[in-house]
Amino acid sequence: MRKRSIALIVYFVLLFIPIYWMVITSLKTDNEILKELTFFPKEITFKHYMEIFTSEVWRNSFINSLTYVFLNVIMTLVAAIPGAYAFSRWNFRGSHHLFFWLLTNRMAPAAVFMIPFTELYYILHIYDTVWAVALAHCLINIPLAIWILEGFMSGIPREIDETAFIDGYSFPRFFRKIFLPLIGPGIGVTAFFCFTFSWVELILAQALTVTNAKPVVVTLTVGIGAEGVKWGLLAAAGFLTIIPGAVVVYFVRNYMAKGFALGRV
Amino acid sequence: MKNRAWFFLIPTLFLVSISAFIPLMTVINYSIHYIFAGSMPTFVGLENYAEVLADPAFRGALGRQLVLSTLILAVEIPLGIAIALALPRKGWQMALCLVLLGIPLLIPFNVVGIIWRLFTQSDIGPLPELLAMFGYNFNVALDAFDAPATIFLLDVWHWTPLAALLSFAGLQAIPDAYYQAAEIDGASAWKTFRYVTLPKLKPVLILAVLLRFMDSFKIYAEPLLLTGGGPGSSTTFLSLHVARKAQSYDLGYAGAVSIIYLFIVIVFCYLFFQIITHLGKGEEG
Repeated sequence: MRKRSIALIVYFVLLFIPIYWMVITSLKTDNEILKELTFFPKEITFKHYMEIFTSEVWRNSFINSLTYVFLNVIMTLVAAIPGAYAFSRWNFRGSHHLFFWLLTNRMAPAAVFMIPFTELYYILHIYDTVWAVALAHCLINIPLAIWILEGFMSGIPREIDETAFIDGYSFPRFFRKIFLPLIGPGIGVTAFFCFTFSWVELILAQALTVTNAKPVVVTLTVGIGAEGVKWGLLAAAGFLTIIPGAVVVYFVRNYMAKGFALGRV
Repeated sequence: MKNRAWFFLIPTLFLVSISAFIPLMTVINYSIHYIFAGSMPTFVGLENYAEVLADPAFRGALGRQLVLSTLILAVEIPLGIAIALALPRKGWQMALCLVLLGIPLLIPFNVVGIIWRLFTQSDIGPLPELLAMFGYNFNVALDAFDAPATIFLLDVWHWTPLAALLSFAGLQAIPDAYYQAAEIDGASAWKTFRYVTLPKLKPVLILAVLLRFMDSFKIYAEPLLLTGGGPGSSTTFLSLHVARKAQSYDLGYAGAVSIIYLFIVIVFCYLFFQIITHLGKGEEG
């Protein structure tokens, strides 16, 4: 048992060394970053963070990112919950193939879809809006959400549905009052994964936005510009992109634990 | 009654059609035309496919991709299971570990590239310095072995937590009764793992393998930021190859590469899915 915990601690230390390096780089002066390797900043500076906080471009891009991730999670859940219910409760013609086919959509490289998406969203008049990115991310999130939710739903015995109907529950009432609370942890886990994958995605977010809806992942790459790489600024921005996610994880941690304890995912 | 299922699927099918189906049809349409920046498309049938398959740049990218994805699966899945087995099973320690595991997953792909650049770049990162102490001259920007090795390391670092989280979810779902029964039967730790834990983990491991395989095939931003696909083409994996062609408006070629690429991933995933679902049938208990 002891050996296990030591191995685990070593793993977590290794896991966090690169992140630690980014954090201390973000607090160093540009001079120190380039001049020598120090494992703790000699002179702590918040200059890079100030540069980000005072810039409207950075602020807007953080807001844009959070908005489309939020929209995407909502859209994904609204579509995937009934979809997963269909797969978990009925064996209809072609259901197995359809179930697998959904996942194949996630397999396509995002780079492939750049141009068709651009064309399509131009036609729909949503190019360069957060809606375009939110919709595009459904490509990666809906299949995953359905797969995860189906696992959770299949873990709930059909008898529960049947008993509820015998007791005179209408379908919407049964769904809201009984079924949704039962798969609550599963929805939490699914939302976490959707948040993650939408938050970290770059290619589509980059292809579908120009200025109005530019997300933070794109603003970040701009930092690698012609006038030499601003390492301190990049590190600071990189660290800031982790924070919303970390906050989400913190709030759903018990949910995650419960969800993981309950479902077969 | 069964038609009801389709009713429930309407929102899904609607969103998938505008986020996946229509774009995919457009790509297929590109792949059978000769299109070059603004010129009128001409129908060329399968010519683009022939061109792609004969292209050494494509073959090179595919080969590198297959090696990378195989290594990733071979390392991340077993490592993920091992970590999941070592995690505390309840209480605040478990919550803490889950949060810690969740954090790397939440780092955007390009930030991962940036972190690893800060970490491995000569003159600003600690890794080359450390390896120099062991007499190894590490240079991610110039060495055709170090660059892909770093990508591999980076991916293991970034995504093993996903395999661990999924395995952990699977472990948590195994009722204690199975372990008690194994203990009563006097099964060794290895046998318990082999005949109780592993078969029960199958559903989550299928998901983990499929996700890791298809996502590793899509690796794009990390090599782009770390080395820009170089040195030479040592870190130009398939997605980077496709994106370059698409960005240079060689749409016919890009379309054909994409379809071939998609075909490979789907075939692999389908075979894996079929084999694994049928294979373990006898073992489940």
